[in-house]
Amino acid sequence: MIAHNLVALPVVLPLLAAAVAVLLPPGRKPWLLATGIAWLVFAASLALALRALGGEVLSYPMGGWEPPWGIEYRLDAANALLMVLIGAVAAAVFPFAGPSVKRELGEEKSPLFYAALLLFLAGQLGIAVTGDAFNVFVFLEISSLASYTLVASGKDRKALTAAFSYLIIGTVGATFYLIGIGLLYALTGTLNMADLAARIPEVAETRAAHTAFAFIVVGLCMKIALFPLHLWLPNAYTYAPSAVTALLAASSTKVAVYLLIRFVYGIFGADFSYREMPLAWLLIPLAVVGLLSTSLVAIGQNKVKRMLAYSSVAQIGYMVLGIGMASSLGLAAALLHVFNHALMKGALFMALGALVYRVGTSRLHQWRGIGRRMPWTMAAFVAAGLSLIGVPLTVGFVSKWYLVLAAIELGFWPIVAVIVIGSLLAVIYIGRVIEVAWFEKGESDERCEAPLSLLIPTWVLVIANFWFGIDTRLTVGLAELAAQSLGGTP
Amino acid sequence: MSGASWLQAALAIPYLGALLIIAVLSRHPNLRESASLLTSGALFASVLMVLLAFLRGEPIEARLIELFPGLSIAFHTEPLSILFALLASGLWIVTSVYSIGYMRGLNEKHQTRFYVCFAISLGAAMGIAFAANLLTLFIFYEVLTLATYPLVAHKENEEARMGARVYLMILITTSFVFLLPAIVWTYALAGTLDFRLGGILPRDLDPLITVLLLALFVLGAAKAAVMPVHRWLPAAMVAPTPVSALLHAVAVVKAGVFAIVKVVLYVFGTEMLGQVPAERMLVYLAGFTIVAASLVALRQSNIKRMLAYSTVGQLSYVVLATLVLTSFSEIGAALHIIAHAFGKITLFFTAGAIYVASKKTELSQLRGIGRRMPITMTAFAIGALSMIGVPPTAGFVSKWYIIAGAFQLDDYFVLTVLALSTGLNAAYFLPVIFRAFFREEDQPPAKPHGEAPWPMVAALSTTALLTLLFFFYNGPVVELESGLVGKSR
Repeated sequence: MIAHNLVALPVVLPLLAAAVAVLLPPGRKPWLLATGIAWLVFAASLALALRALGGEVLSYPMGGWEPPWGIEYRLDAANALLMVLIGAVAAAVFPFAGPSVKRELGEEKSPLFYAALLLFLAGQLGIAVTGDAFNVFVFLEISSLASYTLVASGKDRKALTAAFSYLIIGTVGATFYLIGIGLLYALTGTLNMADLAARIPEVAETRAAHTAFAFIVVGLCMKIALFPLHLWLPNAYTYAPSAVTALLAASSTKVAVYLLIRFVYGIFGADFSYREMPLAWLLIPLAVVGLLSTSLVAIGQNKVKRMLAYSSVAQIGYMVLGIGMASSLGLAAALLHVFNHALMKGALFMALGALVYRVGTSRLHQWRGIGRRMPWTMAAFVAAGLSLIGVPLTVGFVSKWYLVLAAIELGFWPIVAVIVIGSLLAVIYIGRVIEVAWFEKGESDERCEAPLSLLIPTWVLVIANFWFGIDTRLTVGLAELAAQSLGGTP
Repeated sequence: MSGASWLQAALAIPYLGALLIIAVLSRHPNLRESASLLTSGALFASVLMVLLAFLRGEPIEARLIELFPGLSIAFHTEPLSILFALLASGLWIVTSVYSIGYMRGLNEKHQTRFYVCFAISLGAAMGIAFAANLLTLFIFYEVLTLATYPLVAHKENEEARMGARVYLMILITTSFVFLLPAIVWTYALAGTLDFRLGGILPRDLDPLITVLLLALFVLGAAKAAVMPVHRWLPAAMVAPTPVSALLHAVAVVKAGVFAIVKVVLYVFGTEMLGQVPAERMLVYLAGFTIVAASLVALRQSNIKRMLAYSTVGQLSYVVLATLVLTSFSEIGAALHIIAHAFGKITLFFTAGAIYVASKKTELSQLRGIGRRMPITMTAFAIGALSMIGVPPTAGFVSKWYIIAGAFQLDDYFVLTVLALSTGLNAAYFLPVIFRAFFREEDQPPAKPHGEAPWPMVAALSTTALLTLLFFFYNGPVVELESGLVGKSR
């Protein structure tokens, strides 16, 4: 029975567990429950990914209602990759959240906090797995509302305004998406993604289809935080509790990128998106400007957490570049970077959380000589930083290799330049931190390593950065398979 | 054990050594230094075994893992790789002895970090030497950059941080902006990145693309310090002298020229480049670097900075010789990698010895020092003569082959550059020797001193002797390196 319902399991489990978590007493119990669920979800998503790697497409009618009338859960290589990613990040961040959140927020509200965390997880996984365009909206709202709550739970009072602006922009984005879906429904009479894909060519030349496309793309770009729609992101990441930032940075925007890919390539089709509509002319310039400008802004930040937030916006530029190239290789590169960037940013924000656990702040000038006081934590930060820069043998290099290869294949030389300049800017902002932490003298030399309960999950993700940078069969295999099945070229 | 397993051993030993130093011995200085010596000895021995297996004609390959479909991290051996590996590992032993004297003599801090990074750098050099394809070479090339960064920043003052910043930024920038796109482009054009004698690029490649690609490689391998990407090398001189000696005169800079030679012979092929006239542009660039670096060296007042600019010039000898594309010049390029290594490591060793014994760093302070430190300054003289290319030193041998190679084509540009450079080298080295031996000290030093600690003197004497020895006994090396051109011409 489990094998049969495996596709639905990762969504249903955290959804039910969220309700249970609210009923538990404050303390460790909600955390233990959430962690256990995250691990189960991760195991289930791995099992699903292995089946998808074999080229299988799994379809599951929710409640026994056959598609296209009922809601269909549909798993192919693209969302299998995403599910593994969400599962893996949750499995690493949830254990980390326990001590980190306890230190930053206390334990009185832990049932509510973990319920929100679980709802967030359920929403993310739901978006990944569902094959129904309206169902996407539902899960999008579930995860977004949960993440507004999580951001607002930050200790600093500025977290409230950060959460509020996140809420406004997020809601506008979701509404745009809903308008687009409404138009599509009016045109085609269906909400099932596969069915939509089959019917859109008939109505491709209507103005309503163009409008729907525009609303959906812009709506999703707000959720992605594509420059210049990224203004909500730096504050939200900076003022959220460390564990929440790690989770948001690693999976939230990635899910939106996946959705964009799904709509652009899978539903509207590359032909419509790039021939009928001038999508490349929208995505590539914005990605380029965003990548360079936010990297520069990152260099100027004094708070490491804020610096990493800007770096996240810049990294999204890489993914959007890959999407905008409208080639199979570019799409594969974008999908790879979705996965790889989640690993690096997850590891970086967790290392940062562990540092904040002891130092109490992420202001750079208070990190002088911290490398000698917390060598293991800082080493994790450096290793993940190398991955962000794209040093060989890390996942960052794998992404960059494919992006450059895709750009050269198309003869896009300026894009090649932008990609490499982007990683040079990353060298500068990561290098600044390394210099202060290792090569400047602090006030004391006393050892104050972060506790193992924080270090172990952090290092698990750091090692994953190297593991998937060396053994690329799973990630490259799934990404290439997904790019083929979505049809990269117009 | 077969050649292949010795090869694997040679690749693994430096990292095992680094682990050993971290894990067990960081609290015991004596054990730590023995571990460093032991590692270097073991590494040299295993590279020697690889050489023996290679001379027996055994095919020696190792494959680690497939990184991307069809692209593996893989290793092989050919004449040039063995030469580079032997050179780096052999001189590491000498440098380890030297470091003991230097680091203790100066009471340096963070010695464990120093020895660990040193071992990792050597491991990266081995990876570069034995790389069987461009991807593998690139990976270890980056590892080498990152592992040497802490060594440059070692002193942890503002000057060291600044130097390390310049060092890192130039090396990383060039390798990301030029080298990586060049490699990916090669892959897109050739469908493979394996090193094959005679080249892998399609024969009918547009000459413009060929020369553009070659330029990307030459500038991308900035460790070769061809102008205008040479600035990192003088910046790296803030590092402790053993680092300048082994890494910034041998392992790191030679990794750069090694990469260029390898690309010319094994990615393009001399035949293919010979048909592209525009390739001369890069010959001119290398020639310009040789002369310009010598002129800058002439104006330096700091010993190590002068040596750094001398290195910039000498490295371009190798690049120039490679790009002349004749059989003798290719052999000359390989020989110059050795000849310059012996000579320049000697010079840096002497600079460090002078610093430890007398705290002197400027050229103007060297008057009469030859009488206090006769062995050191004799070694300096030998190294300097080798830089100029005077017999009986190693520098003469390689210059001989490069000149012979230039005559094969009647290449008067190259001949002029060589003549000019010889004159300029003499102009900045000979006054130093003269001052040290034949001038009186301005005033006796506050604390009278003799030679530096014995490990340092032993090390610099060894390399000075090697510089002389290579003049008399270079037959086997020439024979080995003839394999580089034997098949293609």
